[in-house]
Amino acid sequence: MSELSARQRKTAEPLGETKAEGAVSSIGSHLQTHVREYGMLIALVVIMGFFQVVTDGTLMRPVNLTNLILQNSYIVIMALGMLLVIVAGHIDLSVGSVAGFVGAVAAVMLVQYDISPLGVIPACLLLGILIGAAQGYWIAYWRIPSFIVTLAGMLVFRGLTLWVLAGQSVGPFPRSFQLLSTGFIPDVFGVGRPNITAILLGAITAAVLVFMAMRNRQRHTKYGMEGEPFAFFVAKNGLIAAAIIFLSYLLATYRGFPNVLITMAVLTVIYTFVTNSTTIGRRIYALGGNEKAAKLSGIRTERLTFLTFANMGMLAALAGLIFAARLNTATPKAGVGFELDVIAAVFIGGASMSGGVGKITGAVVGAFIMGVMNNGMSILGIGIDYQQVIKGLVLLAAVIFDVYNKNKAA
Amino acid sequence: MEPILEMRGITKSFPGVKALDDVNLKVAQGEIHALVGENGAGKSTLMKVLSGVYPHGSYQGEIFFEGRPVAFSGIADSEKIGIIIIHQELALVPLLSIAENIFLGNEIAKGSVIDWPETNARTERLLKKVGLRESPSTRVDTLGVGKQQLVEIAKALSKEVKLLILDEPTAALQENDSQKLLDLLLEFKAQGISSILISHKLNEVNRVADTITVLRDGRTVSTLDCGAEEISEEHIIRDMVGRDMAHRYPERTPKIGETLLEVTNWNVWHPLQSDRQMIRDVSLRVAAGEVVGIAGLMGSGRTEFAMSLFGRSYGRNISGTVKLRGKEIDVSTVNRAIANGLAYVTEDRKALGLILEENVLRNTTLANLMRVAKSGVIDNAEERQVAERYRRALGVRTPTVFQKVMNLSGGNQQKVVLAKWLFTEPEVLILDEPTRGIDVGAKFEIYSIINELAGQGKGVLMISSEMPELLGMCDRIYVMNEGAIAGELAGSEASQEKIMSMIVRSKSNV
Repeated sequence: MSELSARQRKTAEPLGETKAEGAVSSIGSHLQTHVREYGMLIALVVIMGFFQVVTDGTLMRPVNLTNLILQNSYIVIMALGMLLVIVAGHIDLSVGSVAGFVGAVAAVMLVQYDISPLGVIPACLLLGILIGAAQGYWIAYWRIPSFIVTLAGMLVFRGLTLWVLAGQSVGPFPRSFQLLSTGFIPDVFGVGRPNITAILLGAITAAVLVFMAMRNRQRHTKYGMEGEPFAFFVAKNGLIAAAIIFLSYLLATYRGFPNVLITMAVLTVIYTFVTNSTTIGRRIYALGGNEKAAKLSGIRTERLTFLTFANMGMLAALAGLIFAARLNTATPKAGVGFELDVIAAVFIGGASMSGGVGKITGAVVGAFIMGVMNNGMSILGIGIDYQQVIKGLVLLAAVIFDVYNKNKAA
Repeated sequence: MEPILEMRGITKSFPGVKALDDVNLKVAQGEIHALVGENGAGKSTLMKVLSGVYPHGSYQGEIFFEGRPVAFSGIADSEKIGIIIIHQELALVPLLSIAENIFLGNEIAKGSVIDWPETNARTERLLKKVGLRESPSTRVDTLGVGKQQLVEIAKALSKEVKLLILDEPTAALQENDSQKLLDLLLEFKAQGISSILISHKLNEVNRVADTITVLRDGRTVSTLDCGAEEISEEHIIRDMVGRDMAHRYPERTPKIGETLLEVTNWNVWHPLQSDRQMIRDVSLRVAAGEVVGIAGLMGSGRTEFAMSLFGRSYGRNISGTVKLRGKEIDVSTVNRAIANGLAYVTEDRKALGLILEENVLRNTTLANLMRVAKSGVIDNAEERQVAERYRRALGVRTPTVFQKVMNLSGGNQQKVVLAKWLFTEPEVLILDEPTRGIDVGAKFEIYSIINELAGQGKGVLMISSEMPELLGMCDRIYVMNEGAIAGELAGSEASQEKIMSMIVRSKSNV
């Protein structure tokens, strides 16, 4: 590159300019440019605050908070997979039916064939992968639109659910299987209430998050990237840490951390890491952003699409198991309409319909916005009719907000 | 004669570029007025101003039509008074019939019920006028490009056209279709319809034009009256190019080494129409340190050749051998082509080259992510260093590498695409229209980069529709026509005339 380096002196602007551009911006302008990122988190806090007030504090009562997590876990878990599917430029309408079907198969294996949960759970996850792969095959290699393939899947697996269950509910399940959903992390310190283990886990999580944020910030400053204003950084991380510890304490005063919260948290961390830091994650964004360019850059776009759907199938299966375990029975109606909640969560979380844009954290926040609204409105005794209307309007508002911001920026 | 159109002092700026600078254009009643100039000279921009694509107020200057000042706020306004533009990319709906296309948005209807007998009768009359023998109910996608062009013209005639603007109407046409189209223009002239013809083909211009206006770098250079004297093509080219060629292309002393890339008997068939051969027995070679050009008209198969070579990204039933330094290599997938030292910088950088939503950094490393990753996990620090290195080396003007590429200018976007491919450390780069749609200054920078790559001993295969660019840059030029190599010229002996005559001669042989 000796000759190129001669050019570089001539054409590249002085490094100082980059530094200046990379300097810390004011709080106001920072909020403006990241309005989407924080907007939904703020919306979640506001919605929680609102329901906390109108339900006279019922929303944040430990028992309700625990319920809220149990009720939403399967939506959050499927939203992780759906985010990848939507970022890749596709959609999966079959997840509700697949979750119901896998739950039904698990129930039959557990109850009618008496197979141990240790065998059932892996077998069902594998079944989910196979279902996802089967749908992904047509989408990726035959270029059948995902909307159609998964619409077909939605019908097929709904029908198979009915068939497997012979139209009946099947249950109850062995205790060990129910733990998948309704179990709690026991208190190793033996106090029980408050559950010291839960408080400790919460504190550790908060500490780790703050530590990682600081390390990240240091690295960003080193490279002269645009960072958040310092005061903002401190306030943001302080609030997040406080919120985690506070919520942990609330849960600890009831029965501690539900097992499924740990499952959900671990999966969220894994998928955040995959999307942010791995080559496969990067390639999914590239595929959704511009499939042709990705392909001409040597990315095997078909295989990637295929894997995205296989992954979605696995998560839908996991969600189906957790849902069945929570109800302690598999019903023909299980999973009906889940796909809509999951897709709504991902779009509320800022993903783009055309692919290439979206974040795991956004999808999780989006799922909780839907969840808190469901829960809050149920406590208030608002009818299912109004609930649907309000949820629909929130979804529309979130996307309009997105488009409005984008147009303003352009 | 009374001018039907007069454009005075038109100036139009885009961020960073002055596309038109005090341009004047006067079209006389009933004449064929040719508008010529290099790519990027401002022809299309001028026509967009005229047709209202750029509305009144977004440019400076005045437009007079039939003596009256006009101010269009959109394309509908200009069509209403009889200015019809036919774009290079045809604007037909492929799945609708000829009749439906002709009267699209302008349906013959009672209330909102379409009067089909009348529509078909009128369509037939229009088709007769343009000499197209097809049924009005024929679907447009079953027609060839030449016939589609005629449908566009028939559509123009269905409105009350006074001034017909054709933007490179013959670029995608075969020779005899082009001739027919030009005859049609002459016929319209006899009927009193004025037209503006934008074309790169100077022989066509000379054949039909009454007046020629030459644009260069957004300015009117000259207006030539073909009635008064014979205008030679050399004269037009001199006006078009203007500057000394030496200043437009950076100097390079070629140091040509061993043969790097050698393609033999490359054959490719159309991806959908299995009986249509797109590439016939193409053989070529590129040596280390050599810049080799591929000249040819639009549709001559240059891009198809390059894409089929690069991981079979185009076509089917591909056969032929590819050798690098005398050893046969596998280029059957994009990955293998990259691994074996090929890089292909696509013609259409927005559609095929870049992820516009992503930043400079992510676009730079995309084709070689493994280099900045350890067991599938991306090393952010390493990636950042790579991106910075290429940003500086190629002089990409962006505040940071975290800028989304959609916010960069065309020239800088092209540099990002080049950076992406240089990071794969190729031995041979195939550049497809590397300077399309970027301004003169950025072009010079791209040329400099190409020269430096050749200086480092890489082989460069450059596809371009701008012949002066090939003549200025290449050590050797292959001329391609209808999917086959029509000839080969050393850079020193090549000229536009020789290239054109090779194309024409190969045509008569087929």
